[in-house]
Amino acid sequence: MDTTVTGTTQSRFVIDDRDTPRFRVHRRAMVDQAVLDDERARVFDTSWLYVGHESELREPHDFRTRKVGGRPIIFTRNTDNTVKVFLNTCPHRGMQIETRPEGTGRFLKCFYHGWSFNTAGELVALPDEASYGPDFDRHNLCLARPSKVDSYRGFVFLSWSSDVPDLLDYLGGATEYIDIVADQAEDDEMQVIGGTHLYSMRANWKLLVENSYDGYHALTTHHRYLQMLKDSGADMSRSMGGGGPALGHDLGHGHAVIGGYDTSGGRALGLGRAFPTESAERKQLERRARLAARYGEDWINRMYAGRNLIIFPNLVIVDLVMGCTIRTFFPENPDYMEITAWQIQPPNEDPELHDMRMSNFLTFWGPAGLATPDDVEALERCQKGFAGHGAAPWSDISRGMIRERPIITDELQMRVWWREWDRRMTGTQHPLEVPRYVANGRGPLKLGTFA
Amino acid sequence: MTRAGFSTGPFLRQDPNLRDGVTDFMFHDAELLDTWRLEEWLELFTEDCWYFMPTTDRPNGDPHRDLFFIQDDRFLLTQRVTALMNGTAWAESPQSTTHRMISNVRACRLDDGTVEARANGIAHRASNQRVDVYPYRLELHLLDDGDSFKIHTRRAVLALDQLRPHGRVSILL
Repeated sequence: MDTTVTGTTQSRFVIDDRDTPRFRVHRRAMVDQAVLDDERARVFDTSWLYVGHESELREPHDFRTRKVGGRPIIFTRNTDNTVKVFLNTCPHRGMQIETRPEGTGRFLKCFYHGWSFNTAGELVALPDEASYGPDFDRHNLCLARPSKVDSYRGFVFLSWSSDVPDLLDYLGGATEYIDIVADQAEDDEMQVIGGTHLYSMRANWKLLVENSYDGYHALTTHHRYLQMLKDSGADMSRSMGGGGPALGHDLGHGHAVIGGYDTSGGRALGLGRAFPTESAERKQLERRARLAARYGEDWINRMYAGRNLIIFPNLVIVDLVMGCTIRTFFPENPDYMEITAWQIQPPNEDPELHDMRMSNFLTFWGPAGLATPDDVEALERCQKGFAGHGAAPWSDISRGMIRERPIITDELQMRVWWREWDRRMTGTQHPLEVPRYVANGRGPLKLGTFA
Repeated sequence: MTRAGFSTGPFLRQDPNLRDGVTDFMFHDAELLDTWRLEEWLELFTEDCWYFMPTTDRPNGDPHRDLFFIQDDRFLLTQRVTALMNGTAWAESPQSTTHRMISNVRACRLDDGTVEARANGIAHRASNQRVDVYPYRLELHLLDDGDSFKIHTRRAVLALDQLRPHGRVSILL
């Protein structure tokens, strides 16, 4: 690096010391109700938050209900095929209109007093409208909406504040890492499949931020998963990029990613088991060759290396090549979060590849897989440990600060996230640690320079 | 019957002898799990067995189409058991205290001599000063060699609409 940052920037939560170097976070941030109250205003209400994927709404009038940023929403597709997001609360007296997690309906009807809304959110019928008088205007009683809704390549986001940058500006370098997932669909659109992992952890939500791109914990926390891979006959030297460079990147606005560059020629399935048959391996290589012909080898080598992305504050997209998950989570209390995770995949994949993907995916992920339950245990035990924060106040997130280009088992990505969190929460400006990643179309990795 | 699907027949004409045998088998199964004799439990399965757990929002899901919580073949089920017993499944290390209740047992012999059985189960899991409760429907497709049963397909369908606040299913159901 031609610019060396020295000195320490700190707030009541974060000490970012570039001399030693050392990066520490105060554990009060993980246990304090006042911190969570502040986070609702300074983080969740002023960020683009993930709502869902357009493929969850296959047909007009399909809907899904969920909570985003603590508020109940209806995510639906209008008659004109546009995706809509409404508050799931009746403008009349506030009743939650739809409680089914998913369904199809031309009208959303509040059973309390019988008000009905169409999928554009307009009030279309109510009993005894005449009693409101001749000047009653139904248009003043539409379903409420978030301040902003927008999407990028099928990923739909909302903001509860109008005071946010446009979605594309907000996503910054992260768009490229959405592209690398979306491009896997070949001639189609990626599809979120049915079946959702609706689970929770008795832990602070920021622990799951850290954990979702923690390359350091895999060998220990996920020992049993890796043992299973070995026993399946997987060649571990080829897994996750086969030894190619694997780095962390600062994507701007608190977004960060860890990812690699596959040098195995596609002969491994990321963190998946050995190919079950020769035909599965051949089909996988054929699919890769088709994608390479379309997009070029550089892009495909990145695609087939896998990566863990977090879009600030809480959208996780992890593609371990054998399967790709979308995950988001919101705090209910300082020590309890609700997590929702989906599987996104290319539609119309060869049946053998499809089954291989389905099986590998849930062997790793989900609250009953061979990996995620151990993450749940680890994070819940961290939260228990934080009860001692008065006597043991600091967590250490310094790994890799000594490196010019931190690698995936370092903790750069977490520091990027925490610096943005601290800026939001306390106004502290921490200097960049590495040059921002520069989006480069579908070309090779391009590392920026300090301006 | 599909890989994970069970018929929804009424099971109205019950053969009491068959039901008794299946009930004993299910009680034995539950006892092996509660006493963490998981290697013995694994021996209740055929070599070509499947163990399925659908998600809470797709209880009738198709494992070829929908995301599940679990779809283990014999290899994966063996891996699961091995880690639960050797202390590398951190979510169950130390092993939790569990307590399974099985009731509403129904059994039906199919034309090919195999047996479909279902029951209601409830498992309490105590660990780390808390208790989580897992209500579930247990569906077994059993081979019957005259002396004992072997499980060919096991489906444990959670009677929950979300896995909260449990956060995990680290025990076997």
